[in-house]
Amino acid sequence: MEKKPPLPRYSIALLSATALAYEVLLMRMFSIIQWHHFAYMIISLALLGYGASGTFLTLSFRRLSSRFATVYIINAALFGLSTLGCYLIAQQLTFNPEELLWDRWQFIRLLGIYLLLTLPFFFVANCIGLALAHHSRETGRIYASDLLGAGIGSIGIILLLFLVFPMKALQVLSALGISAAAIAWLELKLQARRKAFAFLLISFIPLILPSGWTVASISVYKGLKQSLQISGTKIIAEHSSPLGLISIMESTEVPLRHAPGLSLNATSEPPPQLALFTDADAMTVITARSDNLEGLGYLDQTSSALPYHLMKPQKVLILGAGGGSEVLQANYHGVEHIDAVELNPQIVGLVSNEYNDFSGNLYRSKNVDVHVAEARGFVSASKESYDLIQLAMLDSFGASAAGLYSLSENYLYTVQAMQEYLDHLSPGGLLAISRWIKLPPRDSLKLFATTVEALRRSGIKDPDKRLVMIRGWQTSTLLIKNGHFAGKEIEGLKRFCKERSFDVVYYQGIKEDEANLYNILAKPYFYLGTKALLGKEAEAYMRDYKFNIKPATDDEPYFFHFFKWGSLKEIASLLGEGGMPLLEWGYLVLIATLIQVLIASLVFILLPLLFLRRKPAGLPPGISHGRVGLYFFALGLAFLFIEIAFIQKFILFLHHPLYATAVVLAGFLFFAGLGSAWSQRYSDSASFRAGLRQAVSGIIIVGLLYLVLLEPLLSAFSGLPVFFKIVVSLLLIAPLAFSMGMPFPLGLARLGRTAPDLIPWVWGVNGCASVLSAVVATILAIHFGFIVVILLSLILYMVAMLSFHEGWGDG
Amino acid sequence: MFKNMIKLSNRCKYSDLLLRENCSIGLDMRKKAHHHLCHRCSEYKRMLALSGFILFIFVFSTSSLSEADDKFSEARQDMVQLIEADVLRTSLYINRRALDPKVLDAVGKVPRHEFVPPQVRSSAYENRPLPIGYGQTISQPYIVALMTDLLNLEHHFKVLEVGTGSAYQAAILAELVNKVYTIEIIEPLGRQARGTLKRLNYDNVDVRIGDGYYGWKEAGPFDSIIVTAASSHIPPPLIGQLKPGGKMVIPVGSRFMVQQLLLVEKDSDGKLSTRQILPVRFVPLTGKH
Repeated sequence: MEKKPPLPRYSIALLSATALAYEVLLMRMFSIIQWHHFAYMIISLALLGYGASGTFLTLSFRRLSSRFATVYIINAALFGLSTLGCYLIAQQLTFNPEELLWDRWQFIRLLGIYLLLTLPFFFVANCIGLALAHHSRETGRIYASDLLGAGIGSIGIILLLFLVFPMKALQVLSALGISAAAIAWLELKLQARRKAFAFLLISFIPLILPSGWTVASISVYKGLKQSLQISGTKIIAEHSSPLGLISIMESTEVPLRHAPGLSLNATSEPPPQLALFTDADAMTVITARSDNLEGLGYLDQTSSALPYHLMKPQKVLILGAGGGSEVLQANYHGVEHIDAVELNPQIVGLVSNEYNDFSGNLYRSKNVDVHVAEARGFVSASKESYDLIQLAMLDSFGASAAGLYSLSENYLYTVQAMQEYLDHLSPGGLLAISRWIKLPPRDSLKLFATTVEALRRSGIKDPDKRLVMIRGWQTSTLLIKNGHFAGKEIEGLKRFCKERSFDVVYYQGIKEDEANLYNILAKPYFYLGTKALLGKEAEAYMRDYKFNIKPATDDEPYFFHFFKWGSLKEIASLLGEGGMPLLEWGYLVLIATLIQVLIASLVFILLPLLFLRRKPAGLPPGISHGRVGLYFFALGLAFLFIEIAFIQKFILFLHHPLYATAVVLAGFLFFAGLGSAWSQRYSDSASFRAGLRQAVSGIIIVGLLYLVLLEPLLSAFSGLPVFFKIVVSLLLIAPLAFSMGMPFPLGLARLGRTAPDLIPWVWGVNGCASVLSAVVATILAIHFGFIVVILLSLILYMVAMLSFHEGWGDG
Repeated sequence: MFKNMIKLSNRCKYSDLLLRENCSIGLDMRKKAHHHLCHRCSEYKRMLALSGFILFIFVFSTSSLSEADDKFSEARQDMVQLIEADVLRTSLYINRRALDPKVLDAVGKVPRHEFVPPQVRSSAYENRPLPIGYGQTISQPYIVALMTDLLNLEHHFKVLEVGTGSAYQAAILAELVNKVYTIEIIEPLGRQARGTLKRLNYDNVDVRIGDGYYGWKEAGPFDSIIVTAASSHIPPPLIGQLKPGGKMVIPVGSRFMVQQLLLVEKDSDGKLSTRQILPVRFVPLTGKH
């Protein structure tokens, strides 16, 4: 056996960790400088660098393999340099998605961004692909390093983002990437060790770049940038965490006067405020407490003040407290006790510490308890009941209007969530939810349909008597009562609306001519909608409506997905005539991503085949490119299908999008890494088929079991403290992920014996499939729910096993 | 150009003569001076040739400028037709089959290309919004026309605009009414708008740089108000400065996409109502319901 240089296991782990961290970080940074749905598209495309690397290595592996160490180290160093360099150039290509319709240059810019950001992933994929192909008998070990590294990266980036700002984190990753080259130098036992130290020294360069070079270039169309155009505004503090970049802006010359949904008849102006931007957008405010209540009179002039006019709640729960506007509103109305829940600890910290005086002790008042928690999780765990539960509007109008949230799973607006809120209402208590008004109506009606469904599922036969809804020109407010609305309350509702020029949308017994008096629409669309949704024809109404207003559920938690294919043609024909806002961007971006990824993947997968077929050696009998490709393609799809579906299931269990993602992702990668290392014993003994059979049957048995048992299991453990919940999650993930880590390295090891030339190609195939998988999984989940995604992944594992068996023989 | 050349050679002869007659200057000196003067002669030649060239360029460019003007004017008329067609298609939703011809005339007159930055000038007459710097935009002409039309302007009206931006909307208003007051909060944009309006002789527009929340009290009350500046709510002082029977229009949406037009109406008793207009031909509900 020829002597090969030692495995670069540590540098592979470091490179993988850095690459995964880079992927997460790019998403973070593009969410700040751009909008997150486009961030999703850009990064999906950039990840095709893995596919491109497969193509590149297939064409040049023979030449590169003889200089493995040098090529490996150069690619590692290039990866490190390009992580920072390519991003800094890419953010200068100011891309504005809203102009795509008219301005072709936007496409060129977008393409430029793709190409630039593909480079780092291309270089890192070259390192790993090259190592796999070069050490084709050690694929289990190499792939294990890759997965374990990625697992560390997924946790590491979260920690890093708690410590430093995203741009600094990028500099750190760049340094780590370059230092991987130094580690590789030492690992591969190359001569002239001094050079390894040279790489180490170079790796410090990204950390000491002048700060002027590393400024995030935020789109001028984002809320923060727009506000900063006004004289007298400046950012007075910035805090960053994986949950978002929070910028506090003060405006000394022109008061902020943030009071969305304010009545036309309002005469008072809000007191001084500080703006609080998350990711340079989605402005909320911290309002200065004025000594006299009159200064806060505006809080009684918004549609969200309605519940306080129908009852005198003593105990109120605010979900999504943010800067505290709703808490202040409850205070204004003399509520005795307020529980305020906010996800982001930094926002709570700002209001209760740095700006405590400014806010007039708002979050430290005796009657206010602030909880840092995810809203749904807080409600699930709570044993309290409330007179009023208020769900604050957490999204900004602009993002909401453009349909940017349609890809985001949201567990606050599902049927099951509504049921839980309703369970926590005291008798006669109210659940109040306000939404931005969109034309034609979308959120408001979907919310109404969701609550009707929730009431019905909770065994309520007369939801029509428990709902009321009103609207201004800007916001709508829906109330759901734990009981029937009484005549006196309806009188109060009418008076409230009349005094503020709001329109009544629904109460039991409303007449059509009451519903379109002040904020006049061509037809009383909201009234017609709510009436239909309560009637027998609700199903037909939802089916025929031009937007998707079917209730969201925990299995299909896409409240903001309003897009319907049936309306696309009509909307597309109206684009030039003011029809742009009718497009639900989020979903279309997802489809656009799918199409682009498909085309690029086809090129990356098929192009090397032309080259491979021309090779005289060809494949040993019994092996076809198609079967081999199918095996690795199916694995790529299936792995991420399961991973994505389980992340969703565990988000509900762990109740925190960030920790759930980090724990589940790291858990999957870690145990899959162990599985991969374990698989080495099968490839050493050449019993690939036995290993594969074990792995796939493990995946299928555990997967099927979880389909039935996971939800009861998780709900049985839902009362545990978070730490134990994390342990439970990891224990549940372990057997599945362990098995999932085996098929890929087993297949590679098999190829290493029979057709090593194919290794770079299948590396690329797998890379393309992984990117495709993430996109397809989201589309499938939107339309069919996560259960279907899991079932499909199990089928894909079967497909992989079959293609391995029939095509490859036993060598 | 020929004439210039002849003049030049004449002047050269003349200078030679002068030298010969001036005996107080020594031969060498003369030679030198001659040389010097001849050198200047060639400089003259060059300068004249250059000025001729510049003249040529100027003539050429003015002709091309007027050609460009023609092109712009043609494009503008096409744009007006496009707007008319869009209005016809959206008639059901905007409650009118055609816009007031006066509004269309104004759109046909105002040189939109003068209000946009040079880099997007070639797109000035496309029916699309355009970026004008500072994160601001100039609205889609169709929306500008529709908003203007919704105000039912009459010549004697006094109109307030909050959010001048490029001043294109102000110019359209200035074509239709006696007096326009416009406020821009972004200083450089406001100064630029003031310059553009002055250059194009819109003397009936007053531009103020500052906060528009309190309107323009000294000039109010107004017959109509347009609010294009982003605000979380309609400023109560603006509603106060609207005359009974007056109208206010507000585009709602993002910089590039108008989601709805909000028409606030104050009746003769001062009672307020809004009309929410979807500026596009789209039926939200199916015919069955």
